Amino acid sequence: MSLLDDFFLRAILAGLGVALAAAPLGCLVVWRRMAYFGDATAHAAILGVALALTLQVSVFAGVLAVALAMATAVSGLSGRGFAMDTLLGVMAHSAIAFGLVAVSFLHGVRIDLMGYLFGDILAVSRLDLLVIWGGAALVLALVRWRWSALLTTTLNPDLAYASGLDPRREQMVLTVALAIVVAVAIKVVGTLLIAAMLIIPAAAARPFANTPERMAGIAALIAVFATVSGLEGSLHFDTPAGPSIVCCAAVVFMLTSLAAALRRRRG
Amino acid sequence: MRDHFQDGLVTLSGVAVRMGGHEVLRDVDFTIRRGEIVTFVGPNGSGKSTLMRVIVGALKPAAGTVRRAPGLRIGYVPQKLHIDQTLPLTARRFLSLPHRVAPDRIAAALEHAGAGGLQDRQMSGLSGGQFQRVLLARAILSNPDLLILDEATQGLDQPGSAAFYRQIEAVRQDLGCAVLMVSHELHVVMSASDRVVCLNGHVCCEGAPEHVASAPEYRALFGTGTGGALALYRHDHDHEHGHDHDHDHDHGHHHHHHDGAGS
Repeated sequence: MSLLDDFFLRAILAGLGVALAAAPLGCLVVWRRMAYFGDATAHAAILGVALALTLQVSVFAGVLAVALAMATAVSGLSGRGFAMDTLLGVMAHSAIAFGLVAVSFLHGVRIDLMGYLFGDILAVSRLDLLVIWGGAALVLALVRWRWSALLTTTLNPDLAYASGLDPRREQMVLTVALAIVVAVAIKVVGTLLIAAMLIIPAAAARPFANTPERMAGIAALIAVFATVSGLEGSLHFDTPAGPSIVCCAAVVFMLTSLAAALRRRRG
Repeated sequence: MRDHFQDGLVTLSGVAVRMGGHEVLRDVDFTIRRGEIVTFVGPNGSGKSTLMRVIVGALKPAAGTVRRAPGLRIGYVPQKLHIDQTLPLTARRFLSLPHRVAPDRIAAALEHAGAGGLQDRQMSGLSGGQFQRVLLARAILSNPDLLILDEATQGLDQPGSAAFYRQIEAVRQDLGCAVLMVSHELHVVMSASDRVVCLNGHVCCEGAPEHVASAPEYRALFGTGTGGALALYRHDHDHEHGHDHDHDHDHGHHHHHHDGAGS
């Protein structure tokens, strides 16, 4: 008998792992205007699920591989004269369409599609928890290690070159971190809402931050609050867990935006 | 020639750059030595910014070599720095990128660049002139051997850019660094430079400001009106109250400039 026998506690812990890793990474995604990039990577995850089930490897590994391939393809294509928003729109939606078609071929396997699209956080096992926290810790360590270099590159790539940094390497770091977050978050919020966990806490934190670090910290607090309140709400009102978490984050975003607007009006 | 290479901070030989199948630069030989002020002039699309990016190391040339002195420290003020509205950034934090810098050194650098006391202001809330001075402060923070300014006065009005150039001269006198500038405001920059390089896909001509201003290659690109403007700027430099007159003249000069570049 241990604390982790409680499915609800496991769910909260899983959600917190994703929230803490996604918040600072999400700030970078917002600053670099990569919101659609996160979407495309997350949507590719459903294709990863289909592949993993076909090849009978772990879903985590399948999603990680496909998300990594997608993120690398997208960042490789950027800056080569393609219209980025169009290209990302094409890739994000094709990825999910191909994924859904691929899943339909899996006759032998009983697959809970809704679980992968919207998450299945209440069914998180101890092993899942280990994978989620391992991945989250890796992402946090990676982002913390490269933080200053990532910020400099985000400001201006030429400025980074002049400081002896290589912006392409920093882009790779972001790509890998993003793929890991997608792979660990699929169980928690599902492919359709992973990008929300990146973008919304960061956007909600913006009005109250005066430095990049503070914004990442506030975003993490908001993400933690949304996770806990979303899960409590989902238990109380019997609503789907992943979408409930995202709803809570969205409400916080609306409140902070409103507060910022009021503060501006007052001068 | 050997001597040039020895005290050269950056030496380019036979550099060519292609972008999208189009040759932007060809056959560029260039050396900047310790303590020198060199200005690149040239019409839009002549490859000035591209050349700065090669020198900084952001672009690899398709042909030729770039040699930098060992341990060379470059302070770089880019042509445009757009800070996204979603990124909260104080001047203090900006100066600490990518490496943490002690508060007193930040204060000193800002003071030095004429932006004293702006530490806690948001970068997005600064005026154009303040923003450029904070960029300059970040560039001089590492005590550079070479300060590179790519059209650093874009968006500043004429008194503003004249004041900014005076600040750069003051900084250079204190630090003793070489300065490499790109400009389209020939009359403002020329008087401060040891050497002017006229660029139009290749090096058209180079030498002392007076020499370049009277060179036939330069006149073919920019017309003949600039000689007078150059003299006027020098006058303006000593007496700040001559703005109105100077401005009128400047307007005429720019007209001339565009006519020349278009032909």
